Amino acid sequence: MAIASPSAQPSSFVGLTAQSTYRIDRLRKRATAEHRFSTLAIWAGVFIVVIVPVVSLLGPVIGFGHPNQPNFNAILEAPSLAHPFGTDSTGRDVLARVFAATPLDYEVGLLTTIMAAIIGIFLGGIAGYFGGWLDAVIMRVVDVLIAFPFMIFVMAFVAVFGPGLTGIYVGLTTFGWAFFARVTRAEMLVIRERQYVLAAQTAGLRTSRILRVHALPNVLRPNFVIAMATVVWNILTLAALSYLGLGVQPPTAEWGSIVASGQIILITGQWWVSTLPGLVIVIVGVGFSLIGDGIADRFGYDFRLTV
Amino acid sequence: MGFYLIRRVLQSLIALIGITLVAFLLIQLVPGDPARAILGPRASLSAVAALRKTLGLDRSLPSQYWSFLTNALQLNFGFSTLQQSPVASLIWPRLGSTLLLTAYATAVSVVLAIPLAMLSALRRNRPLDHAIRLTTMVTFAMPAFWLGLLLILLLSVKLTVFPPSGYGVGFIGHLDSLTLPALTLGLGLAPLIVRTLRGSIVETLGSEFVEAARARGFSEARVLGRYVLRNSLVASVTVVGVNVGYILSIVVVIENVFALPGLGSLLVTSVQNRDFPVVQGIALVLGAIVIVVNLVTDLGYSLLDPRIRLSGHR
Repeated sequence: MAIASPSAQPSSFVGLTAQSTYRIDRLRKRATAEHRFSTLAIWAGVFIVVIVPVVSLLGPVIGFGHPNQPNFNAILEAPSLAHPFGTDSTGRDVLARVFAATPLDYEVGLLTTIMAAIIGIFLGGIAGYFGGWLDAVIMRVVDVLIAFPFMIFVMAFVAVFGPGLTGIYVGLTTFGWAFFARVTRAEMLVIRERQYVLAAQTAGLRTSRILRVHALPNVLRPNFVIAMATVVWNILTLAALSYLGLGVQPPTAEWGSIVASGQIILITGQWWVSTLPGLVIVIVGVGFSLIGDGIADRFGYDFRLTV
Repeated sequence: MGFYLIRRVLQSLIALIGITLVAFLLIQLVPGDPARAILGPRASLSAVAALRKTLGLDRSLPSQYWSFLTNALQLNFGFSTLQQSPVASLIWPRLGSTLLLTAYATAVSVVLAIPLAMLSALRRNRPLDHAIRLTTMVTFAMPAFWLGLLLILLLSVKLTVFPPSGYGVGFIGHLDSLTLPALTLGLGLAPLIVRTLRGSIVETLGSEFVEAARARGFSEARVLGRYVLRNSLVASVTVVGVNVGYILSIVVVIENVFALPGLGSLLVTSVQNRDFPVVQGIALVLGAIVIVVNLVTDLGYSLLDPRIRLSGHR
């Protein structure tokens, strides 16, 4: 039997030992367990990401006081039922300020990520699809941007536009698209050789249509993973810049600036103004990371949290 | 190797030019007149005109860039009108503290990350692995400045082990004062290294030379220590090299938390006062450091791993 005959194949299946079926069983069990775990991670993340703004919007209804209204009868009160996060040095309820800041932090985190994703997917897509000098130029720029100490350049943009949100929006978008471009290009290199793209080309479809209808939907998923890490990172950057006094200006509440306002009194024992609002940033960050990591795990991507 | 070296050096030069372009164009992006933005609305017309001349804004763009580039090559980053001092003389005394902190923090993060990554990889998809991954996810989402404040609260205010701020006197004093900032940074960076390293160790554990070492009957300790750990050390050097820009980004923030006399605090005051020559100078110096570190890591790695330099021939 020099050449395996078709009839020989079933017999090898029948020949599975008890040990190997046990192995396959275990592998299958482990795969199901991992699948369940990633599903759990994704839904836990979605829950966190949704619940924080919902509670923040309901916050004023529950009523902890006005976020910017000083109350000199309640200065630096420790956390209690009336003030779960305590009050700050002008008697403002810290939790009310944290709630008031949620829409702002979400807005900056999400908008800068969406703008960066659009630019990155577009440039990475054409770099991967067309190749050649266009690819070389775009990817050189991407390499430079990714290697940059980007916080310094976001700060430089703040210097250009003055303290406030404009510089942060421009800076985070200018330096955020590179990760999307790198991932999109890598995916596009594979996709452009796929049969459905070749078929579309043979059918004489316009390139713009091939890219939009056939290629784009297939690069979105890995970009979504990058987007989750970028949202976390951009919220952290906004908080850091506000903490340094370069971002949102007082009295507007922002998570990082609330932490900063409590730093001086940290040494004298009033720990709650700085510590508790930071916890909210961590919770939101973990929420977005759980979604991103869950999806990365589910589809076997190797680049979660690649900052 | 020669071809790879030349290509890699050329890439770094292009990146350097890219950084000088970005730093140069910054001041051109300022809405309105940059000189007016620096001096404020109450400055006289003649003062604004004089500053325009000092900054070279009255000349053509290419001529401005050319003198910016040639000056930068001679480590002359211009003059800070606000601090009445050459920018270079503001930067150099502070660079040492920033670099010392960066190195210290990197060492701390690698020491923290390697055992965690090892455990995570060995107990892949088990509860311990999930616990480590969840912990790294939480520390990744922590604002570095907030973590710094927590550590100050715990180790300086409650336990009084480390000074809460300042730079100390002498090298030992510096190291003592830098321990808390370095720990903050190390905890912030470790997740990044753990993530990459875990993947690399998982790969190494499945490779043939590890299997061969086990087949020869070496003890598990020897297999892990000599074969797996050595490979992962090389991998962690690369992770650090790739992420040095990220590390410097956090260093700049952390220096302000602990009131360290580094480039970070200079950068923040310069950004607040819109002192553009200083901002440009710091961006150039830190950008150049990142590029040099990336180049050195890549070349070092290619010396250790022939597969890298051979791929350059393709």
